[in-house]
Amino acid sequence: MNNTEKYNQAFMETFELKAEQLPGLEYQAIPAWDSVGHMGLVAALEDVFDIMMDTDDIIDFSSYEKGMEILSKNYNIKF
Amino acid sequence: MTIDDIMQIPPYSLGKDEKGKILTERLVDLTEHHRENCPEYRAILEAMGYDGRKVRNYKDLPFLPVRLFKELSLKSVPQEEVVKTMTSSGTSGQAVSRIYLDRTTSANQQKAMVKVVSDFTGSGRMPMVILDCPSVVKDRRMFSARGAGILGFSIFGAKKIYALDDEMRLDVDGLAAFLEKYNGRDILLFGFTFMVWQHFYKELLRLKGERITFDLSRGILIHGGGWKKLVSEAVSPEEFHKRLKDVCGLDRIHDYYGMVEQTGCIYMQCEYGHLHASVFSDVIMRRPLDFSECGIGEKGIIQVVSVLPESYPGHSLLTEDEGILLGEDDCPCGRKGKYFEVLGRLKDAEIRGCSDTYAVKFGEKYDG
Repeated sequence: MNNTEKYNQAFMETFELKAEQLPGLEYQAIPAWDSVGHMGLVAALEDVFDIMMDTDDIIDFSSYEKGMEILSKNYNIKF
Repeated sequence: MTIDDIMQIPPYSLGKDEKGKILTERLVDLTEHHRENCPEYRAILEAMGYDGRKVRNYKDLPFLPVRLFKELSLKSVPQEEVVKTMTSSGTSGQAVSRIYLDRTTSANQQKAMVKVVSDFTGSGRMPMVILDCPSVVKDRRMFSARGAGILGFSIFGAKKIYALDDEMRLDVDGLAAFLEKYNGRDILLFGFTFMVWQHFYKELLRLKGERITFDLSRGILIHGGGWKKLVSEAVSPEEFHKRLKDVCGLDRIHDYYGMVEQTGCIYMQCEYGHLHASVFSDVIMRRPLDFSECGIGEKGIIQVVSVLPESYPGHSLLTEDEGILLGEDDCPCGRKGKYFEVLGRLKDAEIRGCSDTYAVKFGEKYDG
């Protein structure tokens, strides 16, 4: 699996979505991505990429796209 | 200054005058915002004869009694923008407060809380032990104060376990394995005061008698929710700290004061035992007879103000707690802003701290 696939899988498993539903997805836009779901997503991403995210990044992680930007900029994960 | 600008200020960096100016500007704006968007709030202001032009300082602004959120459904956004509803803890037969959050207010609560708590724990995340049971956060649209507290603090936990099961029994093996795995690292522990005492401390004490011990000398405990029940068990904050240290080496212990009506703006206890107001909020002690402001060292009713609430008119509230202002800008810990002590509930006020209402239920169940 490449990084994009891993990233997508974390979203799909946490929120029970299909890949085509991910682009443009924003925090709080679906019931599953609430504050509880958010911490679940963070845990899934940390596991799959073996990273530990900063609190500031967890807060800034406001959409599917923004998350990719944060992971590539601050955690050196290339998509 | 916008709320986004305020969120960038280090939480304990401003002295009285600077902070007062920012709070006044923001809280006057919020009063106006809620007047425009919340009909019940507007009616209250009108009945009080409120005139915004006469306000020189945030201390002049009106305050609502917290219990009003039990009686009225107060919101300043359309229902479809509400993403989360928080409820206060209440024992059976008591009405609960309902606090309606939109995305902005909810996000700012989390941001403020992270800034406040990071000042005490550092910004790094830690393995975290939640001294509660997992069922507290089961209903995701509707949060109790206990659930909201756990969830808010969860952001600091890198790996998390709940130390109690749904019958409030300590998971001894799970805890031992977790501590073994993260041996040598700082561990964050979070829970409500009474539960920490009843289901954690007492169990550790019992286990010690069976020669099962835990080393939590690298632990940082954050706890809140009220002392009332422990006062009746004659456990003072000093005793609480000392006994926990004796049983498991835990020495970094911070109480906090906060309420679901102003989630995010919590008042953390420093190394000197003082609760601190950050730049995001403030406390004003009021004399019960005429609501004038108390001096330093004088007991009064606690008013709380917060820069965060946009989706509900909760930016200025009169609590049912009594407290004493200990000083401002000169705590030996170096943090600026007011520092104070909470004495407890006003006499005859309802019991409603999260730890305390649990204590009442616990008492009903077990004390007969």
